[in-house]
Amino acid sequence: MAAIKAHGSLISTATNRVLVTLYEKELEFEFVSVDMSTGEHKKDHFLSLNPFGQVPALEHGDLKLFESRAITKFVACEYANKGTQLIHQDSKKMAITLVWMEVEAQQYDPVASKLVWELRIKPLVGMVTDKAIVEENEAKLAKVLDVYEKRLAHSKYLGGDCFTLADLHHLPTLQYLLGTQSQKLFDSRPHVSAWVADITARPAWLKVQAMRKKH
Amino acid sequence: MAIKVHGALFSTCTARVLICLCEKGLDYELLPIDMVAGAHKQQPFRSLNPFGEIPAFEDGEVSLFESRAINRYLARKHKDIGTDLLLSNSFTQSALVETWMEVEAHKFDSPSSVILRQIIVIPKYGKAPDQQVIETEMEKLGKVLDVYEERLSKSKYLAGENYSLADLHHIPPLVYFMKTSKANAITSRPHVSAWWNDISLRPATVKISATMSLL
Repeated sequence: MAAIKAHGSLISTATNRVLVTLYEKELEFEFVSVDMSTGEHKKDHFLSLNPFGQVPALEHGDLKLFESRAITKFVACEYANKGTQLIHQDSKKMAITLVWMEVEAQQYDPVASKLVWELRIKPLVGMVTDKAIVEENEAKLAKVLDVYEKRLAHSKYLGGDCFTLADLHHLPTLQYLLGTQSQKLFDSRPHVSAWVADITARPAWLKVQAMRKKH
Repeated sequence: MAIKVHGALFSTCTARVLICLCEKGLDYELLPIDMVAGAHKQQPFRSLNPFGEIPAFEDGEVSLFESRAINRYLARKHKDIGTDLLLSNSFTQSALVETWMEVEAHKFDSPSSVILRQIIVIPKYGKAPDQQVIETEMEKLGKVLDVYEERLSKSKYLAGENYSLADLHHIPPLVYFMKTSKANAITSRPHVSAWWNDISLRPATVKISATMSLL
């Protein structure tokens, strides 16, 4: 099996998206911490892994990848027969998974990321939360979650009966939003709430969070 | 152990207390707070610091927060052991310590914190520093350091000929500041530079600054 090195930061949502995938697939890998506080991600060595100078990056043998959602898709397909099945092989089932992966990336993530920045990160670094931005994005997130509520009323997971990348991709921003005022948007929608409780309790996700305690 | 400090090794405010404890030769237990998980905003930490900020401090039955208040408490309670950090044998000297502690808190802390946040902290979360903000704050800091340069041309330390909390309180942000490209604000001012060389080489400073890491 090719050596896997995941380069990133344990507080980065995109890095965590890759790490949880590696754990779900029960893969051996080396985590290489990138010190963003010293601009390591903008220096030549890291730029050779990701020309955009963003974490994460993944080395798989000689293959160099970046963009967390491209990495997770690669890992899910390359190791289709190992660990959790994260993407269906059947093209019609895969299509449904891909739809909801796009939904996460295009509808959910831009809004959730803004809320994470305002409600979680800014207080952490001593900056003031912008209430107007929070209000605007909570309204948008509410509309997205209304769609999720309807979907999850007839489907245990977003992609279908099984947990797939369509659910997994939400985990890092979702975890950050729990414990903020935005948690109420998830709690007030019963099917969404049950889905959140289910996916955030997965052992692979707990392992990623445990990494922060060790590093 | 009687003395407990609840905080984190990367935190300037936590380090401010740890350096004081070290100068006094006092034993303590450091209890890490997982800020990324939001532990500082929840119970049980919230009962130790209602503002939900690190550090919090316990000394037997005594429970305190605000790093500078904690240090004053330690300096008074243990004035006869270790370094005399409030120069308590002279009322005038002590008043000068208080003056320059106020200067640190009200004039130095704000621009230095904002600069460090921009250059070191927010890049950790994938955001680019705001150069305009850095420039504005560097100008403010420069004016403060000009006053320090003048002061330190007349006395070895800020309060006079003896090291005190007035000097110590500057150390944690300077540890980080000296690692940035803005360090020349210090090195270009000969008396400030000499003062920094002196206080940064104190054993207590060396010991605690070695544990300060932003990763």
